[in-house]
Amino acid sequence: MPILWLRVALVCYGVGLLYALVALTRATDLLARIALHAAYLGMIFQIVSLAESAIATPQMTLLGVHNLEALLALLIMTAFMIVYAIYRTTSPGIVVFPLVFLLTFLAATGAQPFLFSPAANRGWLVVHITFILAGYAAIVLSFGASLLYLIQERSLKSKRLGGLLSRLPALEVIDEIGLRSLLLGFPFMTVGLIVGMALAQQTFGVINFFDPKIFLSLLMWAVYMVLLYTRWSSGWRGRRAAYLASGAFAAAVIAWAANTIHRFGAS
Amino acid sequence: MNFQLIGVNHNTAPVEVREKLAVPESRLPEAMKRLAAHPGVEEGVIFSTCNRVELLTRTTNGSADLRSFLGDYFQMDSTEFAPHLYEHAGRDAIRHLFRVASSLDSMIVGEPQILGQVKDAYATARAVGAVHSHLDLLLTRAFAVAKRVRTETAVGSSAVSVASVAVELAKKIFGSLQGKQVYLVGAGKMSELAARHLLAHGAASIFVANRTHERAAQLAAKFDGQAIRFEQLYETCDRADIVITSTGAPHAIFRREHGELFLSRRKNRPMFFIDIAVPRDVDAEMNKLDGIFVYDIDDLQQAVSVHVASRKQEADRAEAIINLEVERFQARLQARDVVPTIVSLQDHLETIRQAEIDRARGRLGALSADQELALDSLTRGIVNKIMHTPISTLKTAARESEATTVVDVVRRLFNLQSKSAASPNADVLHTPTNRAGDPKREATKKEDKA
Repeated sequence: MPILWLRVALVCYGVGLLYALVALTRATDLLARIALHAAYLGMIFQIVSLAESAIATPQMTLLGVHNLEALLALLIMTAFMIVYAIYRTTSPGIVVFPLVFLLTFLAATGAQPFLFSPAANRGWLVVHITFILAGYAAIVLSFGASLLYLIQERSLKSKRLGGLLSRLPALEVIDEIGLRSLLLGFPFMTVGLIVGMALAQQTFGVINFFDPKIFLSLLMWAVYMVLLYTRWSSGWRGRRAAYLASGAFAAAVIAWAANTIHRFGAS
Repeated sequence: MNFQLIGVNHNTAPVEVREKLAVPESRLPEAMKRLAAHPGVEEGVIFSTCNRVELLTRTTNGSADLRSFLGDYFQMDSTEFAPHLYEHAGRDAIRHLFRVASSLDSMIVGEPQILGQVKDAYATARAVGAVHSHLDLLLTRAFAVAKRVRTETAVGSSAVSVASVAVELAKKIFGSLQGKQVYLVGAGKMSELAARHLLAHGAASIFVANRTHERAAQLAAKFDGQAIRFEQLYETCDRADIVITSTGAPHAIFRREHGELFLSRRKNRPMFFIDIAVPRDVDAEMNKLDGIFVYDIDDLQQAVSVHVASRKQEADRAEAIINLEVERFQARLQARDVVPTIVSLQDHLETIRQAEIDRARGRLGALSADQELALDSLTRGIVNKIMHTPISTLKTAARESEATTVVDVVRRLFNLQSKSAASPNADVLHTPTNRAGDPKREATKKEDKA
């Protein structure tokens, strides 16, 4: 059953994906509204799916890679909805929907979930994973905002009015969305990492900083720090902020991949 | 319904004619009263703006001499304005009003002021009683149509002046202009206009720097802003989010290194340069800096012309909406004519029936309850059968264009009283005797004529 609900959610996000593709070429108020409602539905189905799998197999919940992907997709969508509630814009969807669709697609079509470090304290593990994922969602959204910023900046500079320019939110609003999601995500990421370290120490006795998973996670956190620092000290935005955000995003993706491979090895 | 319209506008008459026919605002109430009292005119309203002067009336028989009103009122020989006049009647008058209110007949299609002017004229006309019935309905409908055009088409959405394009661009960069600082470099007319627009949209305050400091001080005082010595331009300019330059300098006064300096002082918060000087005040290199946006006069004018073209397209869609609305309004008016007729027809026959029953009672003497009932249902049945065809004919006619004719015929056949002017708010289903307000209105009319 959980997998069925997940697939229904996937179809809903598919509508969002369609919106993202169409929105790049022309104004689609109607489609934006439809996509928004489809996204609400998708989130509901995804929550149902996660809840059902939690009831069915308590041990595995949140721990399987594919459940993680589904959870990450859900968190990204939540962030998107928060942005929508504040700024009344669906523009980040241009970046968010394809990504959420991809994550849900992987979760819905992937193999069965499997267990990871059963010895660890389960409650703290949930905290660790959820917080890290919330941090990921923030990075993704901020990355999306950076891309939109670049697009909007380009069209303002090229002086071709109309087109995408008239539909994206104002430059400073996009900037604010990016910054706020970074600021919000950072504490989650930090707490998630600290809890992760504590768990690793508890499980393995010592923390091996050259373990690829730990190393990459720390690297990602460092990039995140730099990103925030440059924003705060010199107000970096636009192209340079986008480069940094894509750096953090890339580090996040690599850390994620390393995590997955690492776990395969562990099991 | 006999709507009649006569007028001149920016297309048909040169300003020399328009200004002679213009009615100053202070004299409008009196002029509208006179128009409503003009022979053949039931109701009337006058629109007088810098681009048009129009008389819109409802007339008794559809042929009031509005030209003579113009001639009398302005004490002009009609040959002076006659070649510039346009006249519309009935459906065309309705369409014309809808187009005017929706700003399709304006010099700048889509400009929003005209609707406000029409609304003001309506308020004045209502206040003096020059508009009270069908014309009131028509005008309120025109406002609804204008609103529909505004929300369903993009006729009024894009900026069509350099100043409004500047505001639009500033909003695309900063979102809201709330709290944004504007810096005027050089004190020209056009930069003053742009500054006024920006302030109207929420910009916080204004700095002015000019080669002659007195001029800067004057302009700053006008906007409650701050005048700055020209030598301090580079030290102070980073405070501004929006810079409008219009100096007569022969070469660029803002170059790339200045831009870099401003950005580092501003922690890279974006800056918007509006350069309306020729030759340009801002080096083209500046636009290459991250966070600095430079628009020169050509860029702005380009944007204006793009908007003007897209407005034309939207105007076509607006015309379609208006055609639809004209048909709808026409149908509504006809239904309005028909309903009172049906009511008075029913009243008329009911009176006859009651009178005949009373007469029959006199002849028959006391009747039992059963007999009373039989008499009542017999007479009622006859009346209903007779009325059935005329009423259904009237109802069908309401949906077609022949309503007025059928209404006239029915009224004449049954010798119904001529209809009194119904107040637009009164429920049309009320019996004619219940239609309050008419005596008073008649009284004011007599006063006006006196």
